[in-house]
Amino acid sequence: MSEQVPVLRARGLVKRYGKVTAIDGADFDLLPGEVLAVVGDNGAGKSSLIKALSGAVVPDEGEISVNGEPVRFSGPLDARRHGIETVYQDLALAPAQDIATNVFLGRERRRSGPLGTVFRLLDAKGMREEAARILGELDIKIKSMAQAVETLSGGQRQGIAVARAAAFGSRVVIMDEPTAALGVAESAKVLDLIRRIRDRGLPVVLISHNMPHVFEIADRVHVHRLGKRVGVVSPRERTMNEVVGLITGALRLSEDGGELVEVYR
Amino acid sequence: MRAKTSEFILRTPAVGPAIALVAAVLVFSLTTNTFLNSDNLSLIVQQSLVVGTLALGQTLVILTGGIDLANAATAVLGTLLMAKLVVGGVSGTVALITGIAAAVAIGALIGGIVTGASLPPFIVTLGMLTIVTAVSRIYAEGRSYPVTDDVLGLLGVRQYLFGHIEVTVGMGLALLMFGGAWYALTKTAWGKHVYAVGNDPESARLSGINARRTVLSVYVVAGLVYGIAAWQALGRVPNADPNAFQMGNLDSITAVVLGGTSLFGGRGSVIGTLVGALIVAVLRSGLTQAGIDSLYQDVATGVLVIVAVAVDRFSRRKQR
Repeated sequence: MSEQVPVLRARGLVKRYGKVTAIDGADFDLLPGEVLAVVGDNGAGKSSLIKALSGAVVPDEGEISVNGEPVRFSGPLDARRHGIETVYQDLALAPAQDIATNVFLGRERRRSGPLGTVFRLLDAKGMREEAARILGELDIKIKSMAQAVETLSGGQRQGIAVARAAAFGSRVVIMDEPTAALGVAESAKVLDLIRRIRDRGLPVVLISHNMPHVFEIADRVHVHRLGKRVGVVSPRERTMNEVVGLITGALRLSEDGGELVEVYR
Repeated sequence: MRAKTSEFILRTPAVGPAIALVAAVLVFSLTTNTFLNSDNLSLIVQQSLVVGTLALGQTLVILTGGIDLANAATAVLGTLLMAKLVVGGVSGTVALITGIAAAVAIGALIGGIVTGASLPPFIVTLGMLTIVTAVSRIYAEGRSYPVTDDVLGLLGVRQYLFGHIEVTVGMGLALLMFGGAWYALTKTAWGKHVYAVGNDPESARLSGINARRTVLSVYVVAGLVYGIAAWQALGRVPNADPNAFQMGNLDSITAVVLGGTSLFGGRGSVIGTLVGALIVAVLRSGLTQAGIDSLYQDVATGVLVIVAVAVDRFSRRKQR
């Protein structure tokens, strides 16, 4: 495992907002083809870490590399150009717009020829067909691409955001709490989507509070506490209680990373 | 079936206002015998050209979730520049371009402050309204400027269709502008970005849209539209008056709201605004011919605005 070059790697990230330190020297490693869950308590800095990795936040210190190449993201577009797509917790959709518009938001396709270059005419039909194909491939069932996103259920909206990320992400898909707002059946569908994305060879970073979901789908679990990574464990070797112990600080990993040690307070 | 109808109306927000417009035309046609003739209908359209053009720019700004209180003041300054330059001996074409360029510059300044300093458009344009109005009055030196110039008066030139339907060049230009704005908003990526930014600026940014540049471009385009509104005003009345269109900003917002565009941004259409501007003009003309005092006409317009916003709110709550 150690000889694999991480697809996405961070060392010593720091981000301060005034007196608050949201990221406090955090490390991060995502290996090829894995689902990596990032868990931690509220306020542990998971979201800030993920925003730094997706370009939405520019860290004050530290370095990020993609496939071993150092990178600097000054905005979400930079991360996208490196093939990193993010599904934000609030989904970043335009609710009043239709599905095809949302799938292609920020990277619309124009018609070929002078209609596109001179008159800037969008290829509405092509984008609708492509959106339908993308959603169909992930088995997301929606009648019409001309439907406004706000008319969809929570799970369907999540599906649109996930499909958009999966379609355009060539290296990494990051998902922030994708099941938090969903019911049991819809959550199961989203987990299924994550599995399908991994099966296509795309590694997935999954930020979640939901331990059963994490243990169901993750290959490795990154535990975040007080702004930094306190350990990475395998869900096959550890129990949910042990991971919760790491999250709350009741347990910590021994120096060599192999043992869990109780912390007495 | 009912669900489909309401969905259609929601997705095509100009349908409700269009029904209201047709209803108003029908009512006045039946209750007065002076309303329904081509001269009166043509006059109604001509009377709504300036406010309608101001409302077109206003629609773009409101779609981004902003508001523009300085639009009419900008146009008035444009008319003064155009007229005073021509009176001073400059050619009409140069005067026209100067006036329009000034309006674009004001739009760029407003857009630059709104996006650069992240200040609320209401406050920025309120300040700009005061400044531009004062500048106009200083520049006008306490008088108005009648102007006869072929270029500045071009939009008032009349033609007769089928021998008796009076149309002006200004009507043709307005139609072109509304058509162009409709195309840009619905058929290009820029339009999709304008709606997305108005819908939810943060989501738009996270989707990779340059929200600041989009909003700035909207204020610049709106400035251009207000410059053309100045030209429309001189085509209609060849006299630049620093005290003209004092209610123009609010009238343009009225037209936008009656046209079904949401003041919260991200929803609406320029076709709706065209209909909204016509509703105001039809109401004024019809009520005048029914012998109703203009102050009561203001009351009627005010009631209509509140009803329009309430309908917008109600239909959305049902949706959620």
